[in-house]
Amino acid sequence: MTHSKSLDQLQAIAKRVRRQIVEMITTAKSGHPGGSLSAVEILVTLYFDVMRHDPKNPQWPDRDRFLLSKGHAAPVLYAVMAEAGYVPADQLNSLRKLGSIYQGHPDKRFIPALDASTGSLGQGLSLGLGMAAAARLDKSPTRVYVVLGDGEIQEGQIWEAAMFGAFHKIDNIVAIVDYNRIQLDGFVKDIMELEPLAAKWQSFGWHVIELDGHDIPALQKAFADAAKVKGKPVALIAHTVKGKGVSFMENNPKFHGQAPTAAELEVALKELA
Amino acid sequence: MPAGMKFELKTGVATREAFGKTLVELARENPDIVVCDADLSKSTMTHWFAAEFPDRFFSCGIAEADMVGIGAGLASSGKIAFVASFSCFVLNKGFEQLRVTAAYPNVNLKVVGTHSGISIGEDGPSQMSIEDTSLACSLPGFVVFSPADEVSMRALVRAAVQHVGPVFIRAGRPKVPIIYSPGQQFEMGKGITLIEGRDVTLMATGLMVSESIKAQEILENEGISARVIDIHTIKPLDASLISKAASETGAIVVSEEHLVDGGLGVRVAQVVAQTNPCVMEFVGLTDYAESGSPEDLLRKYGLVAPNIAQMARKAIARKKKNKS
Ligand SMILES: Cc1ncc(C[n+]2csc(CCOP(=O)(O)OP(=O)(O)O)c2C)c(N)n1
Ligand SMILES: [Mg+2]
Repeated sequence: MTHSKSLDQLQAIAKRVRRQIVEMITTAKSGHPGGSLSAVEILVTLYFDVMRHDPKNPQWPDRDRFLLSKGHAAPVLYAVMAEAGYVPADQLNSLRKLGSIYQGHPDKRFIPALDASTGSLGQGLSLGLGMAAAARLDKSPTRVYVVLGDGEIQEGQIWEAAMFGAFHKIDNIVAIVDYNRIQLDGFVKDIMELEPLAAKWQSFGWHVIELDGHDIPALQKAFADAAKVKGKPVALIAHTVKGKGVSFMENNPKFHGQAPTAAELEVALKELA
Repeated sequence: MPAGMKFELKTGVATREAFGKTLVELARENPDIVVCDADLSKSTMTHWFAAEFPDRFFSCGIAEADMVGIGAGLASSGKIAFVASFSCFVLNKGFEQLRVTAAYPNVNLKVVGTHSGISIGEDGPSQMSIEDTSLACSLPGFVVFSPADEVSMRALVRAAVQHVGPVFIRAGRPKVPIIYSPGQQFEMGKGITLIEGRDVTLMATGLMVSESIKAQEILENEGISARVIDIHTIKPLDASLISKAASETGAIVVSEEHLVDGGLGVRVAQVVAQTNPCVMEFVGLTDYAESGSPEDLLRKYGLVAPNIAQMARKAIARKKKNKS
């Protein structure tokens, strides 16, 4: 896929993706809007400006890999993949229904173009590091991008993986922490504090870049800088707002895993017009 | 209940809700009860306990293996420690910890797995726990409860607290029919005969108990007399009730919202093989499912009354063929 989109075009895609997310979750009557909306710019920047991939040839061996380790944010991935042409946009509203390829969590059995089936938190970074190590062995230019939830990185496996990445000098991987400060039961600081987060990743041997995860030019620069780092894996700590773009969802723990009502959808779509 | 009487099967609360409520009641009487949860307290229903007993509630973050270890440590120090999460996460991620820090040293840990089976619906297979019975039963020393309704859940949470040793309680997400009247007695390891019958025994656990009751009705209309048994304790199994059903009805259908491999059915088959070998059929899962409404999924994956009735007919036909 060649990347020649202007900032305006990328922002327009982000807006369409947000509209799709709230629409599909409302239609499904269940799902996770908050963490889907917080990751929109991250995925749009990756799929339309950073990653080397080809929707017409999804099994291209040298493609970059994308793992949505926080699999409950599947709607953002489906909407972005539909924009990119991997999957049909007109069926997005079948989300979570029997027989739909748009399963509640990303499922390779239904969408072979996915690089991983996810949904049990904490496993994507290990999987991504294995893929990155394989690419290095194969002398492939493949780079691996793994999106992690902030609550998700409370899993011990994440930190076991972090040690592996630094120890084996895996430098073709970028872990992006969607730092929206909310998990399922409430605010991260009230469930299990993560701070000092940048210092944690640094002390585990990762090159850390902190940025505003809704700022597309900042994301573009961070991914470009990450590609220049040699001998170390890179962690982007993306400061985001859970529910971003819909006023009553923003920073509201209630919308971690609750679908909007039809009336709420109407308000949301007006705000995203 | 004798054959011919009808169960009302009015919808009650989810077993996870009955668990959460009972936990609070018991904690008021017993200051040793402590609870750990891994960022799912609003789903496992331990949030009521957390609100009333904040000092005895330990938020572990999304870290199930750690939670099991913390719970085992609390239990090793005299507490009656409950650890709760979705069944698939606490058992699969915490299995090694359950084995080494709970089962092997026989620690007084109570493990509660909610959202078992495929009736969680739309979230799909990554959150569906269909191996938990197999895993929990494989741990020596563990007691495994699988209540079918709110009445049995309330009684079995009490039984879990009274029992000294590790216990696993399997709970579900959806609201389920009420099977028992409030005064019903439950004894750990003793199954309950809900309906008497002669031609075949429908043995079930959890959500499949009410489906077996409905299957009994279907069969009764065809002139088939089916016995219905609720196995609320999967470990230790009620061997005498099972062998009696095997000898008296000569055919057993075991139904569970779990993989057939390693589930209740194979455990019942072991007892049957060792006591009174008879014809057996199994209703359960053979593979991972998918997203969909609970009703759609239970139908598609063959976990509803007509499937049980069909297996019962098949078992009876095999029994007759063996005799002739
Ligand atoms: C291993 C595991 N434990 C628990 C869950 C249930 N769960 C789903 S989402 C979630 C909260 C995730 O929070 P976070 O990672 O911060 O995601 P985001 O805020 O981006 O939605 C939890 C606990 C799960 N999917 N996997
Ligand atoms: Mg979060």
